[in-house]
Amino acid sequence: MSAIPFRGWGVELQRLERVPPPTPEEQQALERVWGHLGPEERVGRRDLLLPALWAAQEARGWISYPAAAAICRELGLPLADVYGVASFYALLATEPRPRRMIHLCDDIVCMLRGAEALAQTLHRHLGDPLEEPAHGETYAQRSLPDGTNSPEGSLPPVGWSRSPCLGQCERGVAALVGERVLLGLTPEALEERVRAWLRGEEGPAEATSPPPHLGWKGEGTPLLLARCGRVSPTSLEDYRSLGGYQGLQRALAIGPEATLQEVERSGLIGRGGAAFPTGRKWALAAREPPPRYVVCNADESEPGTFKDRVLLEKDPFSVIEGLTIAGYAVGAERGYLYVRGEYPEAYRTVVQALEAARAAGYLGSRILGTDFSFDIEVRRGAGAYVCGEETALFNSIEGFRGEPRNRPPFPTQVGLFRRPTAINNVETLACVPPILARGGEWYAHLGTERSRGTKLVCVSGHVVRPGLYEVPFGVPIRTVVEDLAGGVPAGGRVQAVLCGGAAGTFLLPEELDTPLAVEALQARGAALGSGALMVFDERTDLWAVVERIARFFRDESCGQCVPCRVGTQRQLELVAELRRGGGRVDPHLRGLLEELAQVMRDASICGLGQLAPNAVLSSLRFLGRMP
Amino acid sequence: MTREVQAPLVTVEVDGQRVEVPEASTVLQAIRAAGKDVPTLCYHPVLEPIGVCRVCVVEVEGSRTLVAACIRRVEPGMRVRTETPRVELSRRMVVELLQSSVDTSLAPDVQRYAAEYGARPERWQPFAQEGARARRAPKVDNDLYVRDLDRCILCYRCVRACGEEVQNSFAIAVAGRGLGARIDPGFDLPLPDSACVFCGNCVAVCPTEALVPKTQFEMRRAGTWEEGRQQVVTTTCPYCGVGCKLNLHVQDNRIVKVTAPLDDPVTRGFLCVKGRFGWTYVHAGTASGPGSEAEPSTPPGNL
Repeated sequence: MSAIPFRGWGVELQRLERVPPPTPEEQQALERVWGHLGPEERVGRRDLLLPALWAAQEARGWISYPAAAAICRELGLPLADVYGVASFYALLATEPRPRRMIHLCDDIVCMLRGAEALAQTLHRHLGDPLEEPAHGETYAQRSLPDGTNSPEGSLPPVGWSRSPCLGQCERGVAALVGERVLLGLTPEALEERVRAWLRGEEGPAEATSPPPHLGWKGEGTPLLLARCGRVSPTSLEDYRSLGGYQGLQRALAIGPEATLQEVERSGLIGRGGAAFPTGRKWALAAREPPPRYVVCNADESEPGTFKDRVLLEKDPFSVIEGLTIAGYAVGAERGYLYVRGEYPEAYRTVVQALEAARAAGYLGSRILGTDFSFDIEVRRGAGAYVCGEETALFNSIEGFRGEPRNRPPFPTQVGLFRRPTAINNVETLACVPPILARGGEWYAHLGTERSRGTKLVCVSGHVVRPGLYEVPFGVPIRTVVEDLAGGVPAGGRVQAVLCGGAAGTFLLPEELDTPLAVEALQARGAALGSGALMVFDERTDLWAVVERIARFFRDESCGQCVPCRVGTQRQLELVAELRRGGGRVDPHLRGLLEELAQVMRDASICGLGQLAPNAVLSSLRFLGRMP
Repeated sequence: MTREVQAPLVTVEVDGQRVEVPEASTVLQAIRAAGKDVPTLCYHPVLEPIGVCRVCVVEVEGSRTLVAACIRRVEPGMRVRTETPRVELSRRMVVELLQSSVDTSLAPDVQRYAAEYGARPERWQPFAQEGARARRAPKVDNDLYVRDLDRCILCYRCVRACGEEVQNSFAIAVAGRGLGARIDPGFDLPLPDSACVFCGNCVAVCPTEALVPKTQFEMRRAGTWEEGRQQVVTTTCPYCGVGCKLNLHVQDNRIVKVTAPLDDPVTRGFLCVKGRFGWTYVHAGTASGPGSEAEPSTPPGNL
């Protein structure tokens, strides 16, 4: 190999060449990642690191030292770096682990549905959950770096771990097992499967997953849900027969500047949580020098949120068309679509849809006979909430640890591969084709003054019909919870609604007449966030919910900055102490929590640490005064 | 002949005082130009800033959150405040959180800031969960330096010194996530099996003795390490023609450690394995001192 990826490579390569080769299965899996790239072309392609780690993991069930060393040799990367990346992600294992892993969701909504009983079942059959060792002390190969004496022989065939929200809140309890997500699990059903797996059988045939419950109400709806459930998701024919690709055609007809203006006129604001005006973001990126990138953030991981999954699984072309229009307006030739690792069905659907779009000339060179050439690459996350933070997502695609970057500079100036980048949420991009097809002015007349258009709302928890609902902005939250989702079942009443996911705010029953709009929620000190509404009835132990939220942030902190790395742990400990105290909030503890919260908000690098105290503090408004 | 090109100047205000600094300066540079200072931990004068420890935060008018002074670039008309209650709360809390999670007793900067800002890490003690604080034995896997990860505050300085900013060895990186994040050569390999060339430049930039020369580590254990009794003698490294300037730390007429001055234009404080660790021959054949029997006459392989 003549290419020298970095000074000092010689020493590293000598060492790497002493490591035995990976198994044939590992080798084949890696070859599939390299594809047609010759050895020289692989060096420096650090962006292939995460796909390579996925391949190695799938080939053996974990990422072995020989496989990691092989990846290093091919990509020209140091071993320490590759290990640093692999050990960052919850779905990747850097030590021997059973081939079949059950990632049981025990997050807020699945917890309400009895995930703990399922955890007990798994514990009975499989022992303790297998989690990455917190301090890296137990790597079994430490004394045998030649990889010869693999300890896998003694591993059981099945293992389990607890998982943060899997984004299946309308049909949990959920568990991710390999490339499948098991839904609506009961302890009995799970036990039956585990017994079969332990016997070496595949277990009961997969029941087709229940379709998501969809609904809509109000002017302009259904706009985003118009095709969901009515079309075959990967059929381009179906998509086109219901208005698909009219937006792109219009964009190509009016040119990139007019396309940008149309989006600016629509008043579209980002649906990922920050509510930044989409048109302005695109304009900022478009005025920077090329090459530029557009990215679709499909790393939906906010607990209680599943709208992006439903769009990708049921109407993937709308997102692909939206990203293509974004690429056209911004002047990008390449787009990336980053899907969270826990969404195997969405990933498969998107890959198929991209192939269909490419075959029909909607992607590739000279799209629909114009000068515009554009294509999209799909990347798969590997279990890290923080990668939904846009700069962490860039790092993840680039093959670095998913640590957020300091800003400024902002992504529109220095984004993916250090180039100007417009990054948008899935739902935001799905809004774009209808805006182009029907005009920005038409779209702008829907919704409220500062919140234009329609919004997808994920309703879960104690309601009759958990599901995904589309309403124009401005509809009271009560309408969504009671009319669309049917309210609390069997005469129960609402104790609180968590609006915006784990990073959100608790709303009390008397606050449910607040209009669902950015400005109205802001006035209440709340935020729409990702558009999740988790409903808790009067019997819910909200302290358990708050403690689960605190644990979520402790588990998902990337560890880069002190306020978040240590602060999320201290916050969890204080919440656990309050819960033990039976709900009486000691003023000293409250003071500590508030002080900590201010520092996490003020001094954390990214939104994860800054928003981690939100739900906890908002719960103190009412939990503290409970009997 | 080169002509020095002056970068355009930018005017900013630090605690009400106007100061002019070159265009691409950081807020920290502007603060220092104004004759003031803020605490720093992950910042190191010869490494690129990364802004992760957050102890240098300041208020910048118009910014929703506080701003890390070490990494944020100045903008014309920027108004910076370095001594507000909000700033001081964050600094105190960052120090408290560090002290509540790792052993900072040998970290002079952390100690100083703790005293200055009145950190009370014991406030968090009553609620601490089992296992949340790492308890790891120091890793002694070579004759030159020891890794005591219980003292690590994850400032990333060692990783940067090992990588492209100084040594180009890339032998260590941050592994794991969250509270489980740690500095690791990959698969927890012992250092002699890693890409480490034992230059010790990671040791040189470590602010907490999480990375410490083995002699110092052993003398501390034996209770014989006494910085107050040490003299620093400056000399030139005898090994090669570069002629790096060395600071010999001498206690009881014996060399106990070698460092390099940060302001030396040749080394910027960095050395190779020979300069930093190859001094034991000086005492070869003399009366045994602390730890002398364990001292190697030659460094391990990888040379």
